[in-house]
Amino acid sequence: MTAASDWMTTKRTGDGLEILLSGDWTIDHANVLDAGTAALHIDTAAACTIDAAGIGRMDTVGAWLIDRLHRRISALGVDTGFRDVRPAHDVLLRRLDAVADDPAPEPARYSALSVIAERTGRATIDALAEAKDLLNFLGLATVTAARTLVQPRRFRATAFVYHLEQVGLNALPIVGLLSFLIGVVLAYQGADQLRRFGAEIFTVNLLGISILREMAILLTAIIVAGRSGSAFAAQIGTMQVNEEVDAMRTIGLDPMEVLVLPRTFALLVAMPLLAVYADLMGLAGGALMSVATLDITFTQFTERLKDVVPIWAFWVGLIKAPVFGFVIALVGCREGLKVRGSADSVGRQTTRAVVIGIFLVIIIDAVFSIFFSTVGV
Amino acid sequence: MAGEPVISIRGLRTQFGRTVIHDGVDLDVLAGEVMGIVGASGTGKSVLMRAIIGLLTPTAGTISLFGADTAAMSRRERNAAERRYGVLFQASALFSSLTVAQNVMVPLKEHTDISPSLMAEIASYKIAMSGLPHDACAKYPSELSGGMRKRAGLARALALDPEILFLDEPTAGLDPIGAADFDNLIGDLQSTLGLTVVMVTHDLDSLYAICDRVAVLVDKHATIGTIETLAENRHPWIHDYFHGPRSRAATPSGDT
Repeated sequence: MTAASDWMTTKRTGDGLEILLSGDWTIDHANVLDAGTAALHIDTAAACTIDAAGIGRMDTVGAWLIDRLHRRISALGVDTGFRDVRPAHDVLLRRLDAVADDPAPEPARYSALSVIAERTGRATIDALAEAKDLLNFLGLATVTAARTLVQPRRFRATAFVYHLEQVGLNALPIVGLLSFLIGVVLAYQGADQLRRFGAEIFTVNLLGISILREMAILLTAIIVAGRSGSAFAAQIGTMQVNEEVDAMRTIGLDPMEVLVLPRTFALLVAMPLLAVYADLMGLAGGALMSVATLDITFTQFTERLKDVVPIWAFWVGLIKAPVFGFVIALVGCREGLKVRGSADSVGRQTTRAVVIGIFLVIIIDAVFSIFFSTVGV
Repeated sequence: MAGEPVISIRGLRTQFGRTVIHDGVDLDVLAGEVMGIVGASGTGKSVLMRAIIGLLTPTAGTISLFGADTAAMSRRERNAAERRYGVLFQASALFSSLTVAQNVMVPLKEHTDISPSLMAEIASYKIAMSGLPHDACAKYPSELSGGMRKRAGLARALALDPEILFLDEPTAGLDPIGAADFDNLIGDLQSTLGLTVVMVTHDLDSLYAICDRVAVLVDKHATIGTIETLAENRHPWIHDYFHGPRSRAATPSGDT
């Protein structure tokens, strides 16, 4: 244990005070020096001398603490001076005295209640701004799309096909596997519950309706939001960081036309196709499980499915697909274009793209449900 | 002013796949001097710096820091050596999720047990010493201009009062006035704090302004000398470098 007295001692000389410093004033001893200089008792003296003759090594931390002590004593109205300061130390002390500033003002503290109120308010305003922003972007995308319809030559076919492959074809394995498994799970759980009423054959109704109307499309939308919505945001965001988007604008290319439209159209086309595929895989999973647990044959399963599940259940699911695809693509591109500054921002916007994408998909799904129940399908 | 060698490189060879970057580089950096490292693009200036600071293991040769061979250092010795140098990376490499003051405090937190209040004071005066205004402390790196980011990076590099300061193209991307200011700042800090500075640069003005000696990387070797002796060198690249149009503009008298 080292004591501060190894580095500093005080001595009274008449009505004056001498502070004798010694040892190494370096960062390694910062804590003991900090406490020592702060605790040094300065009573009212006419004059004070800081004797630096005994100091060995000194770095900026040591110099800072000595300068702080000097400023503290001076602030008491005591005439303070240094004695026997080595030239190298003097340079340091002067340098630090020059940058000594008033300490940063303490950040104002607020009560927890007002912080909660502030956060809630801020989040609400942010959400509204985000909604307005997205609506704005929807308008811009629509106008650009309309212009492309008038002048089809402006449409980037190569980019469209490339993205169609990325978001459609390459998504087949994961969408298929997950839909199949959901079909298996639904059939198993449904059969298990319905058996208690002796109504296990209704498992087919349950499977058909729930997969075709809701599960397949919702699952596909969530996978696509996580897979492609995030990819759009990250790709465009990285281009934004590299100033590629700005470069495009100066060359006369419209980022909406070059980046946003091909991606949006690709997802618009890919989503219904993926949804049909997910329907098939989900039903296949359900059929497999039904055959295994319900003592029915595959043919009986398909017959029953045809009898009890109306065709509009399929259409209700499919109608939602392009809407979901459009929204996911729009949100992904929008968040990508909102990237500003550093790579840090790319990560943040990508996360937002996924969260907002899935959020909107579920909201829109709920709106569809209300709509369909009102029109009675 | 220059004393013992603090960095000593012998027979350094670095190689990526089949591409040989350095083959037999010898270099001594003496305590208290400012050593510039120059060379054409792709001659491995930054690679040399990364090898010295331990981010890259050389294929062959020895690098000694403070008299100890880095290859033979234990983890603990390596840590102790790391405390004695600070690095300013080319793009400043500030942690983007931390404020400037927090960035400066990172090495302090990692290597010392200084109390939080003193740490905040240290960060505050280091930032002021690097020539940043006081309100920069609470800002995030993305809110700073390129020049301010360099200064913040410098403040972090100086956080532990290092003996050696490594600078990777410190003035790249700064306007001429900002670059000159930064050169002055480094020269000023170097003389105040008694630093040894190793500086990778393209900037002839920086060389003339603050470097005591210069190591030129050509033909996979280092040619070392003062600017005056290197200007006499007959190697075509070195000759062109010190006698090209940009060089004439950078010489103090402007009429070489």
